[in-house]
Amino acid sequence: MYSNRYIFIYSTIMVVIVAVTLAFVATFLKPYQEANVKTEKIQNILSSVNISSEKKKAVEMYERYIKDEILVKSDGSYRSGNAFDVSLKIELKKDVALREMPLFVAEVDAAKYYIIPLWGRGLWGAVWGYISLKDDFNTVYGAIFDHKSETPGLGAEIVTEKFREQFKNKKIFDELNNFVSVKVVKGGAPEGDVHGVDAISGGTITSNGVNNMLNENISFYVNYFINIKNQNINE
Amino acid sequence: MSKNSIFSSEIGKILTSPFGNDNPITVKVLGICSALAVTVKLQPAFVMALSVIVVTAFSNLLISLLRNGIPPRIRIIVQLVVVALMVIIVDQLLKAFVYDISKQLSVFVGLIITNCIIMGRLEAFALANKPWPSFVDGVGNGMGYGFILIVVAFFRELLGSGTLWGFRVIPESFYMSNNGFYVDNGMMILPPMALILIGVIIWIQRSRNKNLVDIS
Repeated sequence: MYSNRYIFIYSTIMVVIVAVTLAFVATFLKPYQEANVKTEKIQNILSSVNISSEKKKAVEMYERYIKDEILVKSDGSYRSGNAFDVSLKIELKKDVALREMPLFVAEVDAAKYYIIPLWGRGLWGAVWGYISLKDDFNTVYGAIFDHKSETPGLGAEIVTEKFREQFKNKKIFDELNNFVSVKVVKGGAPEGDVHGVDAISGGTITSNGVNNMLNENISFYVNYFINIKNQNINE
Repeated sequence: MSKNSIFSSEIGKILTSPFGNDNPITVKVLGICSALAVTVKLQPAFVMALSVIVVTAFSNLLISLLRNGIPPRIRIIVQLVVVALMVIIVDQLLKAFVYDISKQLSVFVGLIITNCIIMGRLEAFALANKPWPSFVDGVGNGMGYGFILIVVAFFRELLGSGTLWGFRVIPESFYMSNNGFYVDNGMMILPPMALILIGVIIWIQRSRNKNLVDIS
């Protein structure tokens, strides 16, 4: 029989060895994992302006298409800055007046597109994505969504081409220039609705999450859009 | 066991029997859940199989090396810690080097910890055998598991998506959408079809070897 003393010492040593091994492995592999996450982010940003990129060429293509990174404040003022490394999760927790939200300006075939990163809550965890607007700051050019742990087949359907395609050519302002966002409509948006897309059946909470995410994130930039539009008129 | 027995017939048997009448999935009916979940496409199934082989082999080896010192009262805990260690290492490696596939496999890599095959082999084999046979037993059982996964994934990807390993096998022009005559079987993409396929494999195996049939 083994004594209690032996069992305690045995388990203590075992746990320490395992902890050290895991700490070593995690530290050693971290740079590789972070590089992967970065590449994925680049690919997502690019596919929101409908450019599919290969993994190896992602950085190169990002430099070719993304012309500007901007940090925007809620009053519409902005400055150039490193938008790529901004964590939306942290930024959204700040007071609205203190936020500096990232915006990417892409140039594809001589046309400018504005890419807004999105971050929100789904059913089980975070949902996020990117939506790009044409240079009228009104028409959606493309969108991409991803999620941490939505239900496969239901909420997780937001990543599919079918859901994403619906966003193209929707408008975020109504005729009177009021911000209305793009709504994710349960039971399906009426045909010809330029402000609504069909929700995922069976994924209502995720769909609502996407809906709120779009509304909250895009509305922050409205002042900026007005600001830039006025500038363009004055020029 | 003497040194020249490293590749003895006994070792060969330990390695190959999980492919046939000792198969962890079709005979022992262990590890079914992950077999249903990760077999939609060949590539993730292959990576999953490889991960399970690594985990079973090395946790078998480690437990076998420790077997004389493990206090019986906490042996399950020790086994769990060893398996968890291996799984986390594999998971971290996948995240670092095959990120796309690790995203597809998502929680299922973590759930290798709960794969009954591993604990089963540790309890039944590694605790009572020397390191080398234990290691081989781990590899064998991992491969027996992986073999079924790949067979199931082969049929599910071919019939469900018309591709193999991501490459198109059934030409685009055959499809209804391109005025052809062919439609993919949507059932194949859903988990129940994996269960049916495994059922068919078990049926074939038992009709060929009557010893496996339960008479109860």
